[in-house]
Amino acid sequence: MAIELKRRLGGIAGQAGSIAVTLFGLLILTFAIGRIMPNDPARAMVGEDASPEVYRAVYEQLGLDRPMWEQFLLYLRDVLQFDFGTSIRSGQPVLHDILHVLPATIELATFAIIFGASFGITLGVMAAVNKDRWPDHLIRVISLMGHSMPIFWTGMIGLLVFYAGFGWVGGSGRMSQFYIGLVPERTNFLLIDSALAGEWEVFRSAINHIILPASLLGYSSSAYITRMTRSFMLDQLGQEYVTTARVKGLSKRQTIWRHAFGNIRVQLVTIVALAYGALLEGAVLIEAVFAWPGFGQYLTSNLLIGDMNAVMTCVLLVGVIFIGLNILSDVLYRIFDPRTK
Amino acid sequence: MTMSDTSRATDARRAMPQSLIALRNICVFLARTPTSAFGLIVLGVLIFTAIFAPLIATHDPYVQDLQNTLAPPDAAHFFGTDELGRDIFSRLVHGSRITLTIISLVTVVVGPIGLFMGTVAGYFGGRVDTVLMRITDIFLSFPSLILSLAFVAALGPSLNNAIIAISLTAWPPIARLARAETMTFRKADYIAAARLQGASPARIIWKSIVPMCLPSVMIRLTLNMATVILTAAGLGFLGLGAQPPMPEWGAMIATGRRYMIDSWWLVTFPGLAILSVSLAFNLLGDGLRDALDPKQMMKR
Amino acid sequence: MDPILTVRDLSVHYPGAPVCAVKSVSFTLGRERLGIVGESGSGKSTVGRALMRLLPDAKLSAQTLTFEGVDLLAASERQMLRLRGARMSMILQDPKYSLNPIRRCGEQVAEGVRTHTRCSKKQARDKALAMLKAVQIRNPERVYDLYPHEISGGMGQRIMIAMMLLTDPDMVIADEPTSALDVTVRLQVLSILDDLVRRRGIGLIMISHDLNLVRNFCDRVLIMYDGRVVESIAAGQLDQAQHPYTRGLLAAQPRIGGGRGPLPVLKRDPAWSQPMEIPV
Repeated sequence: MAIELKRRLGGIAGQAGSIAVTLFGLLILTFAIGRIMPNDPARAMVGEDASPEVYRAVYEQLGLDRPMWEQFLLYLRDVLQFDFGTSIRSGQPVLHDILHVLPATIELATFAIIFGASFGITLGVMAAVNKDRWPDHLIRVISLMGHSMPIFWTGMIGLLVFYAGFGWVGGSGRMSQFYIGLVPERTNFLLIDSALAGEWEVFRSAINHIILPASLLGYSSSAYITRMTRSFMLDQLGQEYVTTARVKGLSKRQTIWRHAFGNIRVQLVTIVALAYGALLEGAVLIEAVFAWPGFGQYLTSNLLIGDMNAVMTCVLLVGVIFIGLNILSDVLYRIFDPRTK
Repeated sequence: MTMSDTSRATDARRAMPQSLIALRNICVFLARTPTSAFGLIVLGVLIFTAIFAPLIATHDPYVQDLQNTLAPPDAAHFFGTDELGRDIFSRLVHGSRITLTIISLVTVVVGPIGLFMGTVAGYFGGRVDTVLMRITDIFLSFPSLILSLAFVAALGPSLNNAIIAISLTAWPPIARLARAETMTFRKADYIAAARLQGASPARIIWKSIVPMCLPSVMIRLTLNMATVILTAAGLGFLGLGAQPPMPEWGAMIATGRRYMIDSWWLVTFPGLAILSVSLAFNLLGDGLRDALDPKQMMKR
Repeated sequence: MDPILTVRDLSVHYPGAPVCAVKSVSFTLGRERLGIVGESGSGKSTVGRALMRLLPDAKLSAQTLTFEGVDLLAASERQMLRLRGARMSMILQDPKYSLNPIRRCGEQVAEGVRTHTRCSKKQARDKALAMLKAVQIRNPERVYDLYPHEISGGMGQRIMIAMMLLTDPDMVIADEPTSALDVTVRLQVLSILDDLVRRRGIGLIMISHDLNLVRNFCDRVLIMYDGRVVESIAAGQLDQAQHPYTRGLLAAQPRIGGGRGPLPVLKRDPAWSQPMEIPV
């Protein structure tokens, strides 16, 4: 067991080198984005009517007078110490800001992926089982529809219909205005915080508010999951062991869920991990529509005012999350598949 | 069909170049599948509208009519008017030109970049391949919208910058594809023959490899168009793409948002326009995938 | 003798195919071993799967298709579920593909019992272990917990046999049970199967392309060509076969002590595809 574990960890360590290179590239890219910026970060910090001396001082303090490679090394040094600079708008360290807003996004994205994965996997299996018959065509259209929607628009229509029209769900924000500040912030995951504080009204309000954006986000991500599930499942249904199970007297449904589905589980885990990353993209837009105080809104609001420290860090973080999910899906694959043992 | 008909048909077929036959077969196949046929029709309508926009539009898309703001859809204004009294239908019609411009410019930029990176990496292999593919991987490690957001933020918000930003994020999948294709026939005899005749690598890549990659790259570009449209609309919505008063669909939704509760038509119609065009591309892409999958073709 | 299975004029048509894969095949099966021989594409495997009603898209038609008094054509899927794996089962060709790769072998063997009889996990396990022993697996406890990729082909096929005979079926279809195996373990697996089938009085349909194997192992042989049964003959009298196709096949067999010249090659005659009178 120990040897086996070591071998597996060894494989992962082999990847670590290439991951480090990718991360380094990521840093170059974010640095480049920060530096091609036409507006002047020193000017943005001191304001329009600062004296030339003050401006000069800040300019040098930021290291803008040094050659590009030196600036990059400085940036690298700061990043390695987890110093991502200060947000111009809030005056707080960027990292502090981001850690504060990230839980809201994680909460939203997790709900969305739970919805998207269960919806997508079910549809995918159904499509595969009914290949080339009408349910397959219908599911294809449903899932392509989810893939084609401009999610910010669907979010608005959803608000218009389900909030303004029927009043079934909460409107924008994470909870209704009424409850803001009622629950002490411990983890910043509102559902956890409110449950910990025993504020079940807030908890219900939070559920009410998360359900619409999360299900829309999940629907849009389910297209990819559906397509992959369908093709994985078709592969498995053509296998001989499926016939074996049928010969044994298992019904179609038992064969699919007990035998074939077990064989695509590993692949599905990796797909869902990747879909979770892609979801962050939709989260940026849906947060803008639902005034969701998360990572996406933080990013877009800082984009518009040109707060490059914040933007660079956000972009870097997304890249890191993406790479992390890729590694995670790889690791999960190795752990779960008995054949790789 | 009689004998002479068949032979004439084969004669005609012989006269056509191979690629045209393939293209025609693909089109016939697509037209037979209802979903892809729908995609083809929507695209046809889009192109037609873009070309004849001034003739189709009932009003000038930029002329304001402050007497008649936020009017609901009626006979004079099919889709109603916006907060400045501009005709939404005419703005949508003119907006189709912007959409088409975005798609075609992105395609024109992305195709060559992707082809260049992919074929060079695939042809030379070794270090060149490692370096180029590492760069590709770095770009691929971001969701496309987030990276374009960052680029636009750095370059400044405008339609042109949005197109540049989208192009910068859209080339990596093309490069990957072109590389994979190149790898399959890098070792082929005719490449070796060209090399023995003293052709330079640039010439081999340009004359022998690029044409071979072209079909699959074209298909991949079509598949990507839906994503391009959605990203562009998203940028427009966030105020980072086309700027008002341009009738870009995403930006129209963004401005209509404030009046959404009372005037649903402001956001509904531009959204439907985006949805139908991106759905059309997705359906078409889906059909293309089926059409080019040899296993599927055998079945028909 | 009361037949277990009666087939009269069975035809199978796959959607989209120009001709039927199986054309009016008729035979009966008692408690005996019946071989079906034919080249690839002759429809022999299709017959096996049609009997189990495991061809969801194909169109079956027959005058009679009864298995122990049940009309297989009219039976509902529900009735079929009760038959399959309990009273009829099928041994598939290659254990590498026919065992579920991510489930333990023993569990897969026991699953049949669990599906058809009410019993505890423990009982099913004990029964499966006993059956594994019956197919001469020396260390059943250990093998029970192995995954299919951890066992050899011969052992895999013995597990397959155990799985399919565990519920004491009356009819077993063996679809090329040994053609994926090493020549050295072929006979061993066959003799295990033979022994169990004889002792339990199971009606066996052995589908194979190997004329010699069927001749030595079965009581009766059907020769199939192009979806039709061209000849039905007792295994011992195969040398007196009438049909030119069968004779051609026999002539193409190498023989120890035979001449060293090239073996004759089968000359096909389109007339073989025409229907002909077969005594059933």
